[in-house]
Amino acid sequence: MYLDKKYSDFRNKIREFAEKEIEPKAKEIDEKAEFPFENITKVANLGLLGMVAPPEYGGTGMDTLKYVIAVEELSRVCGSTGITVAAHNSLAICPLYLFGNEEQKKKYIPHLAKGEKLGAFGLTEPNAGSDAGGTKTTAVLDGDSYIINGSKCFITNASVAETFIITAVTDKTKGTRGISSFILEKGMKGFSVGKKETKMGIRGSDTATLHFEDLKVPRENLLGKEGEGFKQFLITLDGGRISIGAMALGIAQGAFDKALRYAKERVQFEKPLIEFQAIQFKLADMATQIEAARHLIYHSAFLEDRGEKYVKESAMAKLFASEVGRFVTYQAIQIFGGYGYSRDYPVERYLRDLKLCEIGEGTSEIQRLVIFRELMK
Amino acid sequence: MDFEFTEDQKMIKEAAREFASEKLAPKAQEFDEKEELPKELYKELADLGYLGMLMPEEYGGSGLDFISYILTMEEFSKACAALMISLSVHNSLVSDSIFKYGTEEQKKKYLPKLTRGEIIGAYSLTEPQAGTDAGSLKTTALSKGEHYLVNGTKTFVTNGGIADLFVLFVLTNPEAKSKGISCLLVEKGLKGFNIGAKEKKMGIRGSDTREISFEDCLVPKVNLIGEENKGFRIALELLDSGRIGVGAQSVGIAQSALDEALKYSKERVQFGQPICNFQAIQFKLANMATQIEAARLLVYRAAWLRQNKIRCSKEASMAKLFASEIANYVVNEAVQIHGGYGYMKEYAVERYFRDARVTEIYEGTSEAQRMVISRDLLKS
Repeated sequence: MYLDKKYSDFRNKIREFAEKEIEPKAKEIDEKAEFPFENITKVANLGLLGMVAPPEYGGTGMDTLKYVIAVEELSRVCGSTGITVAAHNSLAICPLYLFGNEEQKKKYIPHLAKGEKLGAFGLTEPNAGSDAGGTKTTAVLDGDSYIINGSKCFITNASVAETFIITAVTDKTKGTRGISSFILEKGMKGFSVGKKETKMGIRGSDTATLHFEDLKVPRENLLGKEGEGFKQFLITLDGGRISIGAMALGIAQGAFDKALRYAKERVQFEKPLIEFQAIQFKLADMATQIEAARHLIYHSAFLEDRGEKYVKESAMAKLFASEVGRFVTYQAIQIFGGYGYSRDYPVERYLRDLKLCEIGEGTSEIQRLVIFRELMK
Repeated sequence: MDFEFTEDQKMIKEAAREFASEKLAPKAQEFDEKEELPKELYKELADLGYLGMLMPEEYGGSGLDFISYILTMEEFSKACAALMISLSVHNSLVSDSIFKYGTEEQKKKYLPKLTRGEIIGAYSLTEPQAGTDAGSLKTTALSKGEHYLVNGTKTFVTNGGIADLFVLFVLTNPEAKSKGISCLLVEKGLKGFNIGAKEKKMGIRGSDTREISFEDCLVPKVNLIGEENKGFRIALELLDSGRIGVGAQSVGIAQSALDEALKYSKERVQFGQPICNFQAIQFKLANMATQIEAARLLVYRAAWLRQNKIRCSKEASMAKLFASEIANYVVNEAVQIHGGYGYMKEYAVERYFRDARVTEIYEGTSEAQRMVISRDLLKS
């Protein structure tokens, strides 16, 4: 698709970096289910951990389109690195920047934006998945502090992050309007991180549970006002969705590029696979779907950058890109044949990594719900 | 069309279901994690007759009809697809090739040991450069007195690391290409026969897959199965059974994925009610069940044709193609219904998702099936 030179230059820069610095580690961190600290340090040095924060808070202040391109290019070589960066930016820095007071912004964002600390977002609970309003974690005001009790699960960056935004019920009688957000820090008394989850894919990404037991947090750690938590996380997820869509897009593009190269090299029946129409048409379908997904994602980024409403568009972009991603990664394995099923070749990892995109930050079912609700407005 | 199974077939299916759910299902996650199947398990399987399913009693087999065999394979796949493929290779590709095309001497020598589980069989056709294009083998077996001198490499050999006996397809007449292929029995331990490292796979990780290679390996000529240079036909005929087997495997994996998703959808409460109350979930379940039913009937129909010795290449390919594609659709939906939990190793659907992927690849990719089907259509 046509892109202004400043964006295509930016893409080229990130692509070169990702292929040289990130890709060589991708297989190993998947196999060992090891957090890619080395990758993240390099990403931080490039300013990619502060993309959504302006320079005054230590960030690189990129627009959404650049942010999307960066997540796309990182995910094109390593889904685990892609989601780590996306969660840190969209789910930790964004809510702080959008809903924090000046003091909170100054205190927390610079460390995150410079990559001195990683951030995480605690919303999902064992019994509050798609029904995110069903939060059971409570925060009770006690003098100048809140006492928090409960658990969060499937939290990206849980055991490597030092700053957390979490949701808890401050007023049970008000339903979703009784949910509030809090800023927590690693090491607070009563705050513990559970064992790391063993996952199908994005195995390098860190996922664990958070436990709060009579965790006492100063009143000033309330993000925004009491009762605004539900509204806040919906806004946070609108933005987060674009980044998961970008992740799906990058994984799809990576799988496609590898399949195309393999199809040119692999000889069967005395000619390269690419000379068979069945393979040509697969590749044509894959490329078309990727292109459509890219347009949806870049368009919602464009809307966000213009300050326009993009709730429906970002849900559509995430839904479409993740479903396209599954189709493309699936077909990439098919083009590789038996080699595609081997963990010595990268494409099987792409399918496992991609599957997360249809689940994380709102399942495809939730995206459809969001889209439908917007249609009814 | 008769849709009723015989009493015997029903009993055999029930016995397999019981064994699979008691002995295999609880261990399947561990087999996946450790990437191996325990040796003792094969002993137990042998004692129960599962290592000689298709062989007549005179060779120590259980003498099952093909439909009973397919029902058993479907039940095993519901619990552990990795074990199923190991058994499928041992039973339908190795034992059956010796039984159908071997000499009486070969049968007497190998079949009792195979059925008793004293030896395990492997089948090797695929080579690094001969995948879907199976006719372009490079491994040669040149005549040298009473022996063949074998040189070459075979890849993705199921049971590679646990097998004692290999059914090997080689070129005895390299110039003739696919018309110069022969089928040899090769025992482990021969000089010049090397077994490579275990492949790391996306799924069916319990099954042992390896590359094997031959370097001036001398194989006695008495180990030739069938006629010299007529091996390709044997490979293709065996693949019909193998394909119906993979069809049954696909159906088994899909059925288990649906069962798990159905159970989860009744238990999981979101928005104040079990998620099975939501129409989006109900319709997913309805679609999954319908697709599985259609696939199962295609597989049974192909098995029936095969049992009645009616030519069934097209039907076997259709069954395998359709069943493997819907299995992948079903496992994806099953993970989706489980949400975040479906992505975690603690839930069986995560494994089903990875296991199902290979059904569209081995025993002929979906592309190879479409080639078989379209050729058949264009011929008539």
